[in-house]
Amino acid sequence: METKLSRQARTLAMALAMALAAALASGMARADFALNLTEGVTSISREAYRLHMLALWLCVVIAIVVFGAMAWSMYHHRKSRGAVPATFHDNTRVEIIWTIVPFLILVALAIPATQALIAMDDTSNADLTIKITGQQWRWRYDYVNEDIGFVSNLDDKSAAAAKFGSGIDPSTVEHYLLNVDKPVVVPVGKKVRFLLNASDVIHSWWIPDLGFKKDAIPGFVNEIWARVDKPGTYRGQCTELCGVGHGFMPIVLIAMNEPDYLAWVAQQRAAAAKTKEGSDRVWTREELLAKGEEVYTKTCAACHLPTGEGIPGVFKALKGSTVVKGPVAAHIDRVMNGKAGTAMPPFAAQLGDAEIAAVITHERNAWGNAVGDMVQPAQIKAARK
Amino acid sequence: MTDIALPQHHEHEHPSGITRWLFTTNHKDIGTLYLLFSVSMLFIGGSFAMVVRAELFQPGLQFVNPHFFNQMTTMHALVMIFGAVMPAFVGLANWMIPMMIGAPDMALPRLNNWSFWLLPFAFTLLLSTLFMPGGAPSGGWTMYPPLVLQTGMAFPFLIFAVHLMGISSVMGAINVITTVFNMRAPGMTYTKLPLFVWTWVITAFLLIAAMPVLAGAVTMLLTDKFFGTSFFNAAGGGDPVMFQHVFWFFGHPEVYIMILPAFGIVSQIVPTFARKPLFGYISMIYAVASIAFLSFIVWAHHMFTVGMPLAGELFFMYSTVLIAVPTGVKVFNWVATMWRGSMTFETPMLWALCFIILFSIGGFSGLMLGLAPADFQYQDTYFVVAHFHYVLVTGAVFAIIGGVYFWLPKWTGRMYNERLGKLHFWLSTLSVNLLFFPQHFLGLAGMPRRIPDYAVQYAEWNMLSSIGAFVFGASQLIFLYTVIRAMSGHGEKASGQVWEGAHGLEWTLPSPPPYHSFTEAPKVP
Repeated sequence: METKLSRQARTLAMALAMALAAALASGMARADFALNLTEGVTSISREAYRLHMLALWLCVVIAIVVFGAMAWSMYHHRKSRGAVPATFHDNTRVEIIWTIVPFLILVALAIPATQALIAMDDTSNADLTIKITGQQWRWRYDYVNEDIGFVSNLDDKSAAAAKFGSGIDPSTVEHYLLNVDKPVVVPVGKKVRFLLNASDVIHSWWIPDLGFKKDAIPGFVNEIWARVDKPGTYRGQCTELCGVGHGFMPIVLIAMNEPDYLAWVAQQRAAAAKTKEGSDRVWTREELLAKGEEVYTKTCAACHLPTGEGIPGVFKALKGSTVVKGPVAAHIDRVMNGKAGTAMPPFAAQLGDAEIAAVITHERNAWGNAVGDMVQPAQIKAARK
Repeated sequence: MTDIALPQHHEHEHPSGITRWLFTTNHKDIGTLYLLFSVSMLFIGGSFAMVVRAELFQPGLQFVNPHFFNQMTTMHALVMIFGAVMPAFVGLANWMIPMMIGAPDMALPRLNNWSFWLLPFAFTLLLSTLFMPGGAPSGGWTMYPPLVLQTGMAFPFLIFAVHLMGISSVMGAINVITTVFNMRAPGMTYTKLPLFVWTWVITAFLLIAAMPVLAGAVTMLLTDKFFGTSFFNAAGGGDPVMFQHVFWFFGHPEVYIMILPAFGIVSQIVPTFARKPLFGYISMIYAVASIAFLSFIVWAHHMFTVGMPLAGELFFMYSTVLIAVPTGVKVFNWVATMWRGSMTFETPMLWALCFIILFSIGGFSGLMLGLAPADFQYQDTYFVVAHFHYVLVTGAVFAIIGGVYFWLPKWTGRMYNERLGKLHFWLSTLSVNLLFFPQHFLGLAGMPRRIPDYAVQYAEWNMLSSIGAFVFGASQLIFLYTVIRAMSGHGEKASGQVWEGAHGLEWTLPSPPPYHSFTEAPKVP
C-alpha cells in the first residue's frame, strides 16, 4: 500500500514537473512573465505606482516579521523537540502595542493616498475635452468643440482570430485583442478631460499607463483627466463585465506632439466631410450590400451572429425575423432607436446615415431573407428629423 | 416514575431510511445534510471553475464561447458562495454549537429542518437554468443592472433562487442566536463560550442584517424587469449605481459572513495542537465584533471607480484600511498562541497554519486594494480575483477543511487516514498557490477579470494558473475519499478526547456522540 502510494505520488509529481516545464518553455518562447504594475505616463499613474510600491513593501516587511515569528515558533516550540507548553494567555502591553503600531502604519499610508485622490479629483482648466461613450461592445469618442466623433472597434485581425474555434494562432496577430480600427488621439503635455457615459450597460474605461479606470454608466457623466507626458501608443481594455463582447472592446490611445495632433484633427475633419457627402448621394445596391456586410460584421454580428441566427432566448435571430422581413419603416426604427427593455441598443448616434442604410439593406437580403428592397442614406437622414 | 401508560418519548425514536433525513429535527443529522450538500456544491461549482480555467489555459477560444464562459463565471460564484461555503459553516454550527455549549440540540429544530430543505430547491432552480434556452445567468454574481436585465428565461429563476437562499440563511442565523442565548449549560457564561460559538453568533447577526437587503435589491431587479418599475433604470428616473450601493451593503458583510466562522475554527484548532490556551480570548471577541461593525461602513470600496464624490472616496478608503487593525490583532493572537507552545502538526493543524499565512496574504492585497488611488489600477483586474480567492479559498475553504479533519473523528468515531490527510494538504497548498499567486501578476500587468480570452502577453501566467487549478481540483477527491472512509466506519477507532490537547464540552462526549448531545446539563469546568 505504502510503496504503491509513493509510486503514484512520484508519477504525479513527475507529470506535474513535466507540465510545468512545458508551460515554462512555451512561455519563454513568447517571453513575458510581467510581474508588476506599470509606472505609466501621467502624474496620476506615477502616484498610483508609488503608493502601490509603498504598500507592497510595507506588506512584505510585515509578512517577514509575522511569518518569521511563526516559523521560529514552529521550529523551536515543537513537542518533538521536547517543548513544554507555557500557560500565559494574555499580555495587555503587547496587545496595545500591536493595535497601535498597525494603526500608525495605516496613517502613514493614508496621507499620500489622500493627496493623490485630491489631485485626481481636480478636472478644472482642461485644454481639451473628449466625451467617451461605452456601448456593447465598442467605444465612441466625441471631441467636444472639435466636431470630431467616431466609433472605435476591435481590429479585424483580432476579431477573426478570436472567433470560437477560428484555428488562427493569436500569437501571430499583432496586439491581439488590444488593437482597434480607430484609436483615440490626444496631444502630449495638454490636460485632457474625459467625460464618460454609456448607452446600454455599464462599461469601464481603463488604460494602465494613464493610471486610472473609470466606469461609463448609462444616465451618468463621470469625469477624469490625464496629461500624457510621452508620445506613444497606450493600450487598455473595458474592465466592467458588459456581456458576451466584454473581452473584445479594447482601448487604444495615441499621444502625439502638438503639430502631429493638429494634422490629425484636420484629417479627421476632412474625413467627416467625406462621410457626410456619402450620405447625400444615391448608392447602388451593390455598394449598399458590400458596405452593409462590413457594418454588420463589426457592429451586429457579436449578438446576432454572422449567420443571423442570434442566441435563442437572449439575442433575437434576424434570419426570418418578422421585423427584418416586414415593412421597412419598422426595421429602420428598430435599428435607429433600439428596443427598450432588451439588449438591442439605439444605433442612431453610433452609425452614420450610409452605414445604417447599408446594414438594413444587408439584413433584408442576407441569409435567405430576400426581401429584395434597399434603403438609401437619404431615407435615414429623413428619419432622423 | 412508573413504567406504564407513558407515551413513548419522541427523542428516543430513530426513524430510518429516507424519512430519517427528510423529517429530521436532529442537529447532527441536519449538520450532516448541510455538509454533504456543501461538498456536492463544492464539486459542481468547482467543475464550473475547471471549465473557466480550461478556456483560459491559452489565448484564443478553444472550448466554450464567450456566452457560456460568462455563465460559468457567474454560476461558479453563486454556487460556491451560497451553495458551498455558507452551508458548510451552517453545517459545522449545527454539529458543534449544541455540543460546545452543553445543549441537547438546537433551540428551533423544525425551523432547522426547513432552513436546510429550502436549499436543494433553491439550487435546483438555479442549476436548472443551465438547460434553458439562453442558458444560465451570465451577468456576474453581482447582478449589476442594466446588464443583468438582459438575462433571458433564467432571470426569474435566479431571483427566486436567491430569495430562497436568503430565507434559509436568515432562519439558520435565528436558530444559532436562539440556541446560544437560551440553551447554554449552567455555568457556560459568555466569556467561557468557545471562540467558534462567538464568531458564529456575530456572523448570525450579520446574516440577519445583510440577507434581507439582498432580497430587497433582487426584488427591485425583478420588478424593473417584469413590472415596468425604474429603480435602476436611468431613463425612467432610476439609478443603476444605487443597485451597487444596496448590493454591496449586503455584499461586504457577506464577505465577513464567510470568514468570521473560519476565524472561529482556527481559534479552536491552534490552541489544541499548540497545547496552550488561546492568547487574548477577550481581544479576539472584540476584534471579531469590530470587524463585523466595520463591515457595514466600508461597502463602497467595491465601487471606487463608479464616480463618487471625493469625500465619499476618502471616507470609504479610511474605514476600509481600518479593518487591518482588528484583523492584525487576530493574526498576532494566533501567533502568540503558538509561541512557547508544544506543537504537533496533525492534518487539522497544517490547514489552520496554512490558513493563517495565506489568509494574511489575502489581507495584504486587501489593504492595497483599500487605497483608492491604487485601486483605480487594481479594480476589476485579476489582482482582485487573486485577492478574494486568497481570502475565500485559502481562507474560508481551508478553515472548513481543517475543521472537518479536526471534528471528523468526533462525528464518526473513526480517525481519518493521517497520510492521506497530509497528502491532501500538501497537494492542495502547493497547487492553490500555483493557481492564485500568478493572478496577482496578471492583474498588475493589466488583465481584466471576467474575460474569456486575453492578449498573448498574459499567456504564461494563465497557463500556470490553469495547471494549478486542475491539480487543486483533483486533490479534493482525496478529501472526498478520506471523509467517506471515516463515515462508512473504516479507520482506527477514535476516543472521546480524540486530540491530546483538546479542551471543551464537545470532547467530553464519546465519539461518535449520542443522538442527543447532552440530555442532562453537563458540569462546566
